[in-house]
Amino acid sequence: MSMAEAIRGTGTREVLLDVNDLVVHFPAGRRHGRPSFVHAVDGVSFRVRRGTTLGIVGESGSGKSTTAQAVMRLVPATSGQIVFGNRDIAGLTGRALREVRRHLQIVFQDPFSALNPRRRAGDQIREPLDLLGIGTRSERDERVRRLLAEVGLPPQAADLYPHQFSGGQRQRLCIARAMAPEPDLIVCDEAVSALDVAIQAQILNLLKRLQRERDLTYIFISHDLGVIQKFCDEVAVMYLGKIVEQAPAAEIFAAPRHPYTWSLIAAAAPPGPMRDELKRRHLVKGDPPSPVDPPPGCRFAQRCPAAIDSCSQRLPVLGAIGPDHYVACHRLAELPCLPFDGC
Amino acid sequence: MSALLEVDNLNVSMRNGSGRLVPVIENLSFAVAPAQTLALVGESGCGKSMTALALMRLLPEDFVITSGRIVLEGRDVLTLPAKQMRSLRGSAMSMIFQEPMTALNPLFTVGDQIGEVLRWHQGLDRAAARSRAIALLRAVQIPAAEQRIDAYPHQLSGGMRQRVMIAMALAGRPKLLIADEPTTALDVTVQAQIFDLLAELQRSTGTAILLITHDLGAVAELADEMLVLYAGRCIEAGASEAIVTAPRHPYTRGLLNCVPHLAVGGPPQPWVDLGEIPGMVPPLGARGADCAFLARCAQACDVCRAKPQPTLEPIAPGHAVSCWRKTELAA
Ligand SMILES: Nc1ncnc2c1ncn2[C@@H]1O[C@H](COP(=O)(O)OP(=O)(O)OP(=O)(O)O)[C@@H](O)[C@H]1O
Ligand SMILES: Nc1ncnc2c1ncn2[C@@H]1O[C@H](COP(=O)(O)OP(=O)(O)O)[C@@H](O)[C@H]1O
Ligand code: SF4
Ligand code: SF4
Ligand SMILES: [Mg+2]
Ligand SMILES: [Mg+2]
Repeated sequence: MSMAEAIRGTGTREVLLDVNDLVVHFPAGRRHGRPSFVHAVDGVSFRVRRGTTLGIVGESGSGKSTTAQAVMRLVPATSGQIVFGNRDIAGLTGRALREVRRHLQIVFQDPFSALNPRRRAGDQIREPLDLLGIGTRSERDERVRRLLAEVGLPPQAADLYPHQFSGGQRQRLCIARAMAPEPDLIVCDEAVSALDVAIQAQILNLLKRLQRERDLTYIFISHDLGVIQKFCDEVAVMYLGKIVEQAPAAEIFAAPRHPYTWSLIAAAAPPGPMRDELKRRHLVKGDPPSPVDPPPGCRFAQRCPAAIDSCSQRLPVLGAIGPDHYVACHRLAELPCLPFDGC
Repeated sequence: MSALLEVDNLNVSMRNGSGRLVPVIENLSFAVAPAQTLALVGESGCGKSMTALALMRLLPEDFVITSGRIVLEGRDVLTLPAKQMRSLRGSAMSMIFQEPMTALNPLFTVGDQIGEVLRWHQGLDRAAARSRAIALLRAVQIPAAEQRIDAYPHQLSGGMRQRVMIAMALAGRPKLLIADEPTTALDVTVQAQIFDLLAELQRSTGTAILLITHDLGAVAELADEMLVLYAGRCIEAGASEAIVTAPRHPYTRGLLNCVPHLAVGGPPQPWVDLGEIPGMVPPLGARGADCAFLARCAQACDVCRAKPQPTLEPIAPGHAVSCWRKTELAA
């Protein structure tokens, strides 16, 4: 993203991914004689523009990975539209699905379990090219060499096995493999969370450079708000299968509006009297309730310090409160702002 | 104040394939006072967990303590007979492991596992152990403790499992709690909860904490003192406030610079590359006599190439650094 765009916003770019009312339910046995479901993703809508990064944050179990995997068509969507490029890919099968998959790639948290321990690194990077029948044999070999260089690994790395690499190098390998079929969109699901801080910085710089050079679009899942703020253009906050707030990164950390976003920020704010005050007033306790057959009303009502009786009766909808800023809370207008946002 | 734990010139080595000893931890000395927190910081592979395991005398096979002393409450840990060592673990010192699932037994309920520690160390009977276990689960803020005590580990979230580990570690009322990256696998809200919990438990019980992490910034508040390890050698040590505000060693500076910290309320920032420490920690067996950080150091000069690893020397009261250029870099 250029400096001009950092200031003006990325709103002029083409929309690459447009997700509408995505629902993913998993069967969870029977309760009181009726089938019950895990509402992993429950009516999620968002758009991602080409060459930008959408960050998804939220507690464990909030549905971040499931959302991303549904977009990648790795788990079946129960309902909803996933418009990629200009067509709805939610219902594609067979050849058409394989064709679209090469444009969607994913990098996981644990690079070790994502790689096959018995295959050489070079072969694993080649694999998607072989499967998709891209290029001739010698072109593929050349591409593997180029990819290794681009992620900062020497050409000899092609002949090594995964256990012969460090954690950071293995993650570089996974990135090279994800880039092999020249995708448009890469999902990074906690891709830097298992790495220590020094390696994390190397990988983030690498991902950013690749994005610049190839106009890549990212969905970036992380629980580290410092990393999210630095790396993402837009941020969606998820709670129990719903997006509760979405806004440009510049805005969501300057003028957050949802009580759950406040809690996340309170937990991660830099030390000092302001953080103590934020924590005292906004940090929620305990764990989120079960996503199995959630009760009606705001999903956050059980833990929300601002909840009133009516919150647990009606579900708040995600409404626009400014350009590209969406919030789902009944009490939006009444709640005070945070001490730092000057509103 | 007299120290609770004193580690004096500890050396740990690994016997490699050809039977040769290669250094893992070199000349490590530090002390922890009662009710204080010492953070042990460094990238993965720097020897943090090995230090912790050496203290507990739980080093893996092939790893040996070649010299040094570990003194806990005046007792020499390294010469204790195995039986006494077992009773020391869990009572005088206990450890929270990096991955709670590997330390909890999946076949037993949470209550059985905490109860076992209580029966073993405090000789409580079954009923007393159960009610004390419930109290411990409450102390670590597990909601509905009376029910959760009968849960199996896999039925709990990651945050709750980590809290169960803490409850188990506290069951024997240890004087020293070793926490090896207790929050790395957890999300921010839970991380904040766990750190608050540790601080609160420390206030109420006076336990000393040895906190292990790769994220210096994250523990700055919690720790009184800090010790930065690089490739098994201590390269900077002192009050954590001093180290965070005025880091002296190029490695410590690198660690602080590569972490993007959340800034609330600020204007939008365009992307600027994060500070990088190029390369990686040298593996065991590839650590020479010269400054271990030499190959990655942007400040390296001829002196560093000509001389051995500099000794850890004070640069200010209570702040020591191992670097040939420490005085120049301080300016
Ligand atoms: N295959 C599945 N079958 C049943 N339930 C599932 C399945 N996959 C995910 N879930 C449930 O769906 C919910 C959302 O899970 P998801 O993995 O998307 O969360 P997440 O936000 O990525 O969490 P984390 O931060 O822990 O990765 C959780 O309650 C999870 O237990
Ligand atoms: N079981 C093992 N066998 C061989 N080497 C090991 C083993 N465990 C750790 N090491 C090595 O010992 C060194 C220190 O490891 P460790 O204490 O686990 O580091 P940290 O906890 O700082 O990440 C590293 O070089 C690591 O690769
Ligand atoms: S709708 Fe009510 S419960 Fe939900 S976030 Fe807003 S105030 Fe809290
Ligand atoms: S001694 Fe030299 S190489 Fe080592 S950290 Fe200091 S400046 Fe860098
Ligand atoms: Mg996930
Ligand atoms: Mg470790």
